Amino acid sequence: MDLRDTPEEAAFRAELRAWLEENIPEGLRAHRGGAARFDGPEMRAWSRALHDAGYAGLTWPEEYGGGGAPYTHQAIFLEEMARAEAPPHIGVIGLGMAGPTIMAHGTEEQKARHLAPILSADEIWCQGFSEPGAGSDLAGVRTSARRENGHFVIDGQKVWSSFAHLADWCILLTRSDPDSARHAGLTYLIVDMHAPGVEVRPLTQITGEAEFNEIFFTGVRVPAENLLGEVGGGWQVAMTTLLHERGTLGFALQAALEVQVRKLIALARDRGADQLQRDEIAREWIEAQAVRFTNYRSLSALMKTGMPGPEGSISKLVWSEANQRVTKLALELLGPDAALADGNAPYGGYWQHQQLRSRGNTIEAGTSEVLRSIIAERVLGLPKSR
Amino acid sequence: MDFTFTPEQDTLREQAREFLSANPEPSWTQLAELGWTGVSVAEEEGGAGLTFVEEAVLFEELGRALYRGPYFSTIALTLPALADDLRAEVASGATSWTLALGPLVAGLDSADRIAIVGGDGIFELEGGEREILTTNDESRPLGVVRGGDPGRRLADASVVVEIETRSQAALALEACGVARRALEHAIEYASTREQFGKKIGVYQAVSHPLADAYTRLELSRSLALWAAWCVATGDPQTRLAAAAAKSSAAESAVAVCETSIQVLGGIGFTWEHELHRLYKRALGIASFGASGTRLRAEIAASLLNGSTSQLPGLSQVPVSATQGG
Repeated sequence: MDLRDTPEEAAFRAELRAWLEENIPEGLRAHRGGAARFDGPEMRAWSRALHDAGYAGLTWPEEYGGGGAPYTHQAIFLEEMARAEAPPHIGVIGLGMAGPTIMAHGTEEQKARHLAPILSADEIWCQGFSEPGAGSDLAGVRTSARRENGHFVIDGQKVWSSFAHLADWCILLTRSDPDSARHAGLTYLIVDMHAPGVEVRPLTQITGEAEFNEIFFTGVRVPAENLLGEVGGGWQVAMTTLLHERGTLGFALQAALEVQVRKLIALARDRGADQLQRDEIAREWIEAQAVRFTNYRSLSALMKTGMPGPEGSISKLVWSEANQRVTKLALELLGPDAALADGNAPYGGYWQHQQLRSRGNTIEAGTSEVLRSIIAERVLGLPKSR
Repeated sequence: MDFTFTPEQDTLREQAREFLSANPEPSWTQLAELGWTGVSVAEEEGGAGLTFVEEAVLFEELGRALYRGPYFSTIALTLPALADDLRAEVASGATSWTLALGPLVAGLDSADRIAIVGGDGIFELEGGEREILTTNDESRPLGVVRGGDPGRRLADASVVVEIETRSQAALALEACGVARRALEHAIEYASTREQFGKKIGVYQAVSHPLADAYTRLELSRSLALWAAWCVATGDPQTRLAAAAAKSSAAESAVAVCETSIQVLGGIGFTWEHELHRLYKRALGIASFGASGTRLRAEIAASLLNGSTSQLPGLSQVPVSATQGG
């Protein structure tokens, strides 16, 4: 047990910190969030700069253009990105979900075609999993993939798809066997978002912004070589994607929470806090440290055994609820000014925006209800509820 | 960065669990024979020359087993005040100690010697009358000492800070052991007990509180192990880490026990079942020494009054509350 960076990790951190200080474009630093920040060309340029410096796909194998680095480097990378309040690489879905899924299940042709442009941000990905009738119960997917002359023909609707309005490609979960039920009969496809019949409509959310979208597929033709995994084997492939979604998320979330708590502390210093509020602030600081060291435990187990520790499964659940409390506590510290928004509010409306956005945290990437059931059944070994 | 136990530390835990399960009320001599009383005592003094991380493993297991002897009072409360010759006596099992930090003294029924804080020093108490009090938690007897005189000087009073952090970390670790045992009872019960034709663990009204109990326990355990590592290495964050760990783990242990009592229903409420004893230890840990409220007030003071560069974590983060959209 040694919680310090190894000399090699310390060197990587120092080099990265210096690089970030020098290279983050001022306009992109410490952005309050939201979708609009991804839309401009400067995000592509920033993502490419990360790639050119070797920071995109740190843990990806070198043969696919990655860094071949240990997971600890990825953790350090995410910590330092949060510390510097740097914007992420725009290829969030490609790097965290599509890429790892293609590496696990893709053909050599698919790997050669798709992995490099993800790293360089030349191609953006989105995820087509949830549907109006299939949210937490993903096995209820109904978007159909009909086979026709060496193609799949897609009809259906996906929803809550971040980046779809920018995306070049979509990882799409479809039902290829119309007579099938539940987990059988699903097929996982790579779909060109520029193909005829694909329509993207933004969904305006609680903050007034449109971070995610609906995607409509009407007779969209997908070449057979874009099949990922087996026909009818889509569920297993989708589980790989979700494992990576939740697995790689932990450190980014933990670092984001720590930044949020530090901003809360700065706010309390700025505006004052009474005894009860001070107790709540201390609680949130403790919680942030607890999430951090829980992630360290999980990561250490991953490094030693190849499997993340079971305690890692709690990160997202804890982060989402902590972020909701922290942002609400910030509003309380703002007093009557909490009612104001945007330019009329203190700090440009940062906390008002963050608080509203935080309500999505317990819904996106696995609802808290689903996550609690996963912990109960897979970690504690309680009998399955379904 | 490596936050795992070594194979030797894992073996120590397995041996401790096995031994305590076979010997629920071990004597001080038995613990000395196992080498537990001399874990962090130097090899020249007959100890193992290891660190608080190994002692942390034992505190967790001793908490889990609701051990009632003077291990906590000797190893957590008094050891930092003892010079080499006295540490050698602890390692050999010749003496056990307790330290009267507050009016209620732990381990008074079993400790051979008593240390007291007076003026600028810590002294061995000579004479004095011990009264053992009735306690809610029968596994950790408390008492009061009356009269007596300061005898030989053991250490400077400045050691008290180290003793406080060390004992907070130890209590946090014990609390994790207590909570783990309580959670195991609840998981076992929810996996076998049937009502309405199903195992009750199927119902999310039962399983989700258990998922939360597990979550609270793991978060607190991360803090307790962080604090243990800080104590072992003399890290500058030790005070904050120990305060965070004790505040969090005591509260979690109480909550986990309460959830477990609820899951076991009437059985959990009986005198016969072990749960009430785990619960009472958890409550006892929460009330011993600094309360969670006081520890959080200390943390808040260092967060809100001190310099931000002292804060652990992303220590160099520019703390700007002001930033626009």
